[in-house]
Formats: sequence, structure tokens, C-alpha cells
Amino acid sequence: MRIHRPTTILPSEITPRAVRDERRAVLKALGLGAGQLAIGGSAFGLLNTANAATSAAAPAASASRTKLVTRPSPYSTREAPNSYADITGYNNFYEFGLDKTDPAANAHTLKPRPWKVTIDGECDKPGTYDLDALIKPHALEDRIYRFRCVEAWSMVIPWVGFPLGDLLKRFAPNSRAKFVEFTTLMDPAQMPGQRRPVLDWPYREGLRMDEAMHPLAILAVGLYGEVLPNQNGAPLRLVVPWKYGFKNIKSIVRIRFTEKAPATAWNVAAPDEYGFFANVNPDVDHPRWSQARERRIGAGGGLFAAKIDTQPFNGYAAQVAGLYRGLDLKKWF
Amino acid sequence: MVLTPSREQARYGMLTRWDMLRYGLHVGLLVPLLLLGLGAFELAGQSLGPDPVETLLRELGWWAVTLLVAGLAVTPVRHWLKQAPLLRLRRPLGLWGFTYAVLHFTVYLVLDRQLAWAEILKDLIKRPYIMVGFAAVVLLLPLAATSTAWAMRKLGRRWQKLHRLAYLAAVLGVLHFLLQVKKDLTEPLIYAAVLGALLGWRVIRHRSK
Repeated sequence: MRIHRPTTILPSEITPRAVRDERRAVLKALGLGAGQLAIGGSAFGLLNTANAATSAAAPAASASRTKLVTRPSPYSTREAPNSYADITGYNNFYEFGLDKTDPAANAHTLKPRPWKVTIDGECDKPGTYDLDALIKPHALEDRIYRFRCVEAWSMVIPWVGFPLGDLLKRFAPNSRAKFVEFTTLMDPAQMPGQRRPVLDWPYREGLRMDEAMHPLAILAVGLYGEVLPNQNGAPLRLVVPWKYGFKNIKSIVRIRFTEKAPATAWNVAAPDEYGFFANVNPDVDHPRWSQARERRIGAGGGLFAAKIDTQPFNGYAAQVAGLYRGLDLKKWF
Repeated sequence: MVLTPSREQARYGMLTRWDMLRYGLHVGLLVPLLLLGLGAFELAGQSLGPDPVETLLRELGWWAVTLLVAGLAVTPVRHWLKQAPLLRLRRPLGLWGFTYAVLHFTVYLVLDRQLAWAEILKDLIKRPYIMVGFAAVVLLLPLAATSTAWAMRKLGRRWQKLHRLAYLAAVLGVLHFLLQVKKDLTEPLIYAAVLGALLGWRVIRHRSK
């Protein structure tokens, strides 16, 4: 195992993401490939005139934009990630409003530190932990995953996180622990969208124990090598890449082991539209639209970009299809 | 305030204030379309955001439904304000409502479904909100085709009968709006309430005659 020394880079030396995105755009326009980018930022110092404040991502940038120490993961896709601006500017996070641009505009009211997480239910070592203490034992990994929204759009997102199963094991779930329930913060002062009864707040999600223990399922704390922005579910969110996006519950305050399948927010809201499993499946349509294809956000061609075929389990079938052997995926959608 | 054309204005083809208002309405309703067009090509600081097709669909659809409902508000408002010439604003509202509806439908066919006809046909058969939206666009076609003064003269009394289809088109448009919402029904329900009031006013007036 590689040992990583803590970074000696000062926060002030880190190029803001928005500036880097703009530099990339300039380099792209100049016809320079990704390989040439690797020769380092200093050679392109002249380009450091871009004004971060003009970027769409800038309003979301907070003081906590800290670089994380990460290592690569073999589970990452080689597909090109979406821009930081797209990932942080186009979100479904109803606690901050119903439009996809609302979270970026409104999520500044969330205070991701200090943050406490309670782990309880069917386990031998329940407790409440400060977030930093909770994640300290885990080495952070870059996990570049495909992200498929149930609304038939998709992105590629470079998360930073660690396997959910590694964390769950520390709390010694007992033999009655068949499911894991996750709960988002409930605080209308920080999450003004909770003042409206859009969903049965707080947002809840759940996984079967074997799904939760799968190495692809992670808890994410970062994005693009930096601390997770508020609108993406700071400070701690779930990422299960073979399921529709709404399973990836954000701003988690409680993780509970249960014997029975927990109630989940969207399933309670519309059981015929959103199942408990919510595995990405091109053969099972949403009642109002087909799931056979998806629109990749930021794909070349803009308005005229061809849609891409949706893959079973979002392209992770080789790793996870075995979890569902014998299960009627049309019935248990 | 005299808003009806004076004899001189009528005789010499001069512009009345109502004409100005009507032309202003045409220009005003062209503006959202121009902004969307600029956004589609990322010009003049306009942008459709990360999912441009979705933005186009939503914006064009919103304008179509809004203008169709606004068109049905003309007659009640005209009676309320006792301003007969208001009626002349109805055609611009209807024609632009039709234009936005057709563009909305075209974006669905070409950019969203990308002319995958099998998929489109399945949508039409399986999904009520698509069916309803499609029906609304189809109903608007004869109305747009007979919106000229010539057609009005030609059809005589039948013109009014035919153009009652506008009520049905608006109902279907609002229903389409309502059915496609993921969770928050507030906005389409407001539209439904306004449309209900506009149609209810007509029913009451008809009965009391």
C-alpha cells in the first residue's frame, strides 16, 4: 500500500476550480491535448488572468474549498468527467429549491462544520461522532463514476470518498441488520426547502445490507479532489453508482441498521414511479418516460448531441448484477 | 380616453393606440424566442444551462400554455374594462401561443427524441401527458390556419364555432403541464384555477343570457 504524505501545498497556492476550468477551455481552444496539460500550471501562468467571479461555479465556492489527499481507484471510469461548473450548478437537492439551479444559489445556508453523525440500530457499537473523527480512519479515494439521474440525464463525476462498507463494519452490525437507513439533516433554518411539504422531510434512503457492503458503494466527502460543495450534499453523502441518482442521499446525519426495509423519501412520495431498489435499468420505463437512453450533460455537440444508450446497472452490471440474481427486476424496480 | 379609432384614423389608415399595443405585443412575444435562440448558440451572454434541450422544452412549453390561457382571458377582460378593441389582442396571443407550442413539439421530436420514431410512437400510445400535449398541438393547427381575416369572412358563423376549439386546446395544454410535473404542482394548479375561472365565467354568462 502506498503511504501518502500530507500535502504541503498552501490553500492560497491552489488554483480555483473555476479558473482551472477556464484554462482548460482556453487550452482546448488552442488545440492542446490532455497530455500536454500535465507539464504543469506554471508554464501557463500567463493564462491566470481568468476572473473566477465570472464563472457559474463561483457563487458556490466557499471558504471550505480545501484540497483533499486522495489516491486513485481501479473502480474509476476512464470517461471524461463533467466540468466542475456543470456538476455544482445542475443539481436536484429539493431542500434548497426545486429548480436545478436553486441548490447552487441557495445552499450557502448549510453549515457543513461542525457536523455530527449518529450510527445506531441493529449494531453492537452505536454512537454519535463528529464527522472529521468519523472519516479519519479511512483513506480517501478518487472515484470517477457515471451518474444517472432517474430523469434520463447523466454525468461523469470525480467523487472523493471511501467504501461505505468499511465504515459500517466498524460499528459491528448484528445478525438482525438486514438493511441500512440513511437520513438527511432536518433543519429548515439551514435547508429552507424543508418549509414546504414537497417531500416527507427529512429525506431518507436505504440499501439492503449486501448492497451497502459492495465495494462500489461509497460515502463521498469531496469532488474534484476538493471538499464537497454544499449543493452536492456536503459534508457527507452516499454514492451508489449503479442506482438512480435519488438513492444518493445527501448531507447525512444518521445511519441506522434495520431489520426491515426502511421507508425511502421518493418511494413514499410516488411508489409507482420510484422503487426501493432503483437500479438503473434501460428495460424498465418510468411511467412518464423511457429509460432506454440518456442525455449526457456537457456532451460535445450541445443541443444536437446524440443521446447515449443507458446500460443495465449504469454499466456496473459485471460488478453488481450478482446481488440481484433471481430477483424480478421489472417487479422490484 | 378615446381608444376606438376616430373617423379620420379609420379613413386614412392611421395607427391607433390599439394598433400600437397590438404591434408592441407581437414584438414583445418575439423577445423570449430571440433570447432562447441566442442561448441555444451561447450568444450575447445568453445560455440554456447544462441541459439545453430540457431548458428549451420547458421554456417553450411554458410560453405556449401561458399565451393560450392569456388568449382566453381577452374576452372576460374586455367585458370587464368595457373596451371592445381589446379583442384585437386575441389573435397575436393565439398565434404566438401556437408558434411556441409548435416549437415545443418540434424540440421534443428533433432534439429530445432525436426522431426515433418507434420511441415517439410508444410515447404517444403509452404516456397520457404526451398524448394530451400532442392533441393540443393538433387542435391548434386548424385554428392557426383560419386566423386570417379572409378565413373569418369565408367561414362566417362557423368560424366562431371552430375557434371554440381554443378552449379545449387550453384545457389540454394545462393538463399536459400538470401531468409532466415531478413533484410540486403549485404552478400548474394556478394555471388550472385561472383557466377554470375563465371558462366558468363563460358558462355563467351563457346561462344568464
